[in-house]
Amino acid sequence: MEPEMESAAPPVAERQPLSEGSEWTFELLDLYDREIARVAAHYGLDTYPNQIEVITSEQMIDAYSSVGMPVGYHHWSYGKQFLSTQKSYKRGQMGLAYEIVINSSPCIAYLMEENTMTMQALVIAHAAYGHNSFFKGNYLFRTWTDAEGILDYLVFARNFIADCEQRHGEVAVEELLDSCHALMSLGVDRYKRPAKLSMVKEQARQLEREAYLQSQVNDLWRTLPAKQAAGNEKQAARFPSEPQENLLYFIEKNAPRLEPWQREIVRIVRKIAQYFYPQRQTQVMNEGWATFWHYTLLNHLYEEGKLTDGFMMEFLQSHTNVVYQPPYNSRFYSGINPYALGFSMFQDLRRICEHPTEEDRRWFPELAGSDWVKSLDFAMRNFKDESFVAQYLSPKLIRDLKLFAMVDDDQDDKLEVTAIHDDAGYRTVRQLLADQYNLGNREPNIQVYQVDVFGDRSLTLRHYMHDRRPLGESTPEMLRHVARLWGYTVRIESVDQDGESRLVATSEG
Amino acid sequence: MNRLVDRRLSGKNRSAVNRQRFLRRFKSQIRKAAAEAVSGRKVADLERGEKISIPSKDLSEPMFHHGPGGRRNIVLPGNREFVSGDRVDRPEGGGGGKGGGGSPDGEGMDEFVFELSKEEFMDYFFQDLALPDLVKKQLAAVPEVKRARAGFVSQGNPSSLHVVRSMKQAIGRRMAMAAGPRDALREAEDALEALVTQGLGASPEADELREEIEALKARIAAVPFIDTWDLRYANRVDQPTPSSQAVMFCLLDVSGSMDEDRKNIAKRFFMLLYLFLTKSYERIDVVFIRHHTVAKEVDEEEFFASRESGGTVVSSALELMHDIILERYPSANWNIYAAQASDGDNWENDSPRCRELLLQSILPLAQYFAYVEIEAEEPQSLWHEYERVKAASPRFAMQRILTLEDIYPVFRELFRKKVA
Repeated sequence: MEPEMESAAPPVAERQPLSEGSEWTFELLDLYDREIARVAAHYGLDTYPNQIEVITSEQMIDAYSSVGMPVGYHHWSYGKQFLSTQKSYKRGQMGLAYEIVINSSPCIAYLMEENTMTMQALVIAHAAYGHNSFFKGNYLFRTWTDAEGILDYLVFARNFIADCEQRHGEVAVEELLDSCHALMSLGVDRYKRPAKLSMVKEQARQLEREAYLQSQVNDLWRTLPAKQAAGNEKQAARFPSEPQENLLYFIEKNAPRLEPWQREIVRIVRKIAQYFYPQRQTQVMNEGWATFWHYTLLNHLYEEGKLTDGFMMEFLQSHTNVVYQPPYNSRFYSGINPYALGFSMFQDLRRICEHPTEEDRRWFPELAGSDWVKSLDFAMRNFKDESFVAQYLSPKLIRDLKLFAMVDDDQDDKLEVTAIHDDAGYRTVRQLLADQYNLGNREPNIQVYQVDVFGDRSLTLRHYMHDRRPLGESTPEMLRHVARLWGYTVRIESVDQDGESRLVATSEG
Repeated sequence: MNRLVDRRLSGKNRSAVNRQRFLRRFKSQIRKAAAEAVSGRKVADLERGEKISIPSKDLSEPMFHHGPGGRRNIVLPGNREFVSGDRVDRPEGGGGGKGGGGSPDGEGMDEFVFELSKEEFMDYFFQDLALPDLVKKQLAAVPEVKRARAGFVSQGNPSSLHVVRSMKQAIGRRMAMAAGPRDALREAEDALEALVTQGLGASPEADELREEIEALKARIAAVPFIDTWDLRYANRVDQPTPSSQAVMFCLLDVSGSMDEDRKNIAKRFFMLLYLFLTKSYERIDVVFIRHHTVAKEVDEEEFFASRESGGTVVSSALELMHDIILERYPSANWNIYAAQASDGDNWENDSPRCRELLLQSILPLAQYFAYVEIEAEEPQSLWHEYERVKAASPRFAMQRILTLEDIYPVFRELFRKKVA
């Protein structure tokens, strides 16, 4: 519906490809980058500046194993990651072609030297323009991450932890990190908005020191002399006064026996968990967005006659592999492919804007016939996976993917199909799929419930059950990690829908 | 605004530290796996990396997660036959596909498999044997090299400039470069002489020829005496120092009392000797001789495989070894080493004969003869006779072995020689 858009692309005229053959050179990379940037600007993609780095496959394995952090502190788990990546790469089980891109400003994207020109162009379009614009535009990233500061912070973290290793021994630091890593998924604020993260580092440091001094005199520590007097207000003075969702934050601020350096390490892990939290919430959108744009940008260049047919064949082949969704009963099935779902949804959105059917007009009245560039931009900026699926999954796409919902109830000896891709089922399927992307449903909801301030200082966690789902077998081990940080006994209780609580495990501090 | 950076040359092994941390953390499991790997290897097959696998549950990174049970909704793609309300059996292993990411380790993989490098593997191999550090270093180190001449090359550093070769090249080049002008000069001179003899010495042609002669002479003189192109340098390449050959005899008692554990210790003992020899010799033959009452030369598979019952006559093996030496390994060309492992049992009257054989026939030919008695009850006649051999010859070493750490002292003499 945007005539300028269509006419802006010149007619398929004489082909003047940017390059022939599959070899890349730095000049060609530069040329492709400029061309892709031109087209990206034409579609109004707003990005951080790009820093495109050419690396070897070994360096790529390094980058993989540090979970996408360009600068990482040392820990055995990254070594484990490295070994398994290296092994599968050597055996050829895994291509390393696809991108690693760092949410930072400048946005760092890696290109592997082994790749062909086509793959380099694909990765540039995907990572340096697709992901990059997502990082810059999506509200979760805008709220929670600080692209300008992250590299500095990671450098600080690595140096600080290396320093602690020197001072307190590698083993002590490693144990602490093990426990913090275990609790990483409980180290994020889910509901609370953060204070603006772009605070100057020194300032944060200072606040933290204050907080630590404060903790010296907080409720936990003030209790001993007042024991007798406090007897009758025991129930009233519960600590924490409200359940806390951010376990690592609670520990950092309140664990009685941690030393200052240990608190700082807890804080580092927590900060990094928070930095990655938006990525976990927007996997479908983020990959879908990047895939949609590499597809759109490169097709645009092709229509301008700047890419050869050979280029497109190779490009389409890897693109098709990436967005393949095996059916549930295939042996290749391992969950819904976020690339496939995300790409299809953005493609479908564009279709609804440009060529709406009668059904689309009913389901998406304000979308049908609108400017697709603006509508997609809006969707990218203001949603996360859960709400994106709930808002935009169309009946047509449910039909295309043949989605269906099942319920698995342990009180029932069979699985039941609750909805399929028919008129009666669209809304159910859409809602259930959206729920599937709600991290709050996927991970157990565990909160800090109570500290026995007047007694043995034990910590009680509560698991609020959802649909009667119990905790897994790792719970006792996890509690040992919590107890290592807390320093005293830690308990965990499961609370069912009726509010009944039941002790699941205990770990002595 | 955009930057293109070539990072290929900067920092390669960024994960090296993390890898070491991993190995350190799971030392005991890896050690166990490495020990198993050793048993699966051939004696002569130590110097390569190893694929190690440890149970992945040992190295999982735990997270709070849901266990099975409760009520779960799953959305799946690719529906073909279902309609709403269908009830189907639970697939094996519960739950069907899970929507979420699952654990990062990839659940269901029971083993975590990775490669140890050769150095790392050797490290684990040595750990059991309680080798002194110096020895470990010697064994694990890349063999020393000596620089050997290997012809001449046109590039090199000034200190290896080869003057004679360079001058030869220069002569050749000068001749080649001056050949054309010289021919022309000769012709011109002949022509001039012809003109002079005809009395036309002052003619314009003669002047022209003279000019040409001058020009040619100048051109010949301008050919440089020596040019960078002429320079030749002596080429030297690294050659590993060990350059002789050795044969190693493995003598193993396979009578009924040698069980798997004892054989395993014996195998380590042979491996260590082999490893030591690889550091000193370029080519090593290994001869496996097993014996009970009669001795037999066998291949490695059979050597460690079967067990036979019956008594023990050690001298049969020594005789066979002696025969093989005479036949195939003339001691002028071969360094001869032997390692014998046994549980100490021998036919009483045979032991003195063993001593004689060793002292008279074998030790004069061999470099070193090492004997280990594995988990023997108490020293028997063979041990006592061998003690006399030891007193008589510095090339003989013996040791009673209860655990793997006891192996090393047998080789102490050998290594000491090397250090000195």
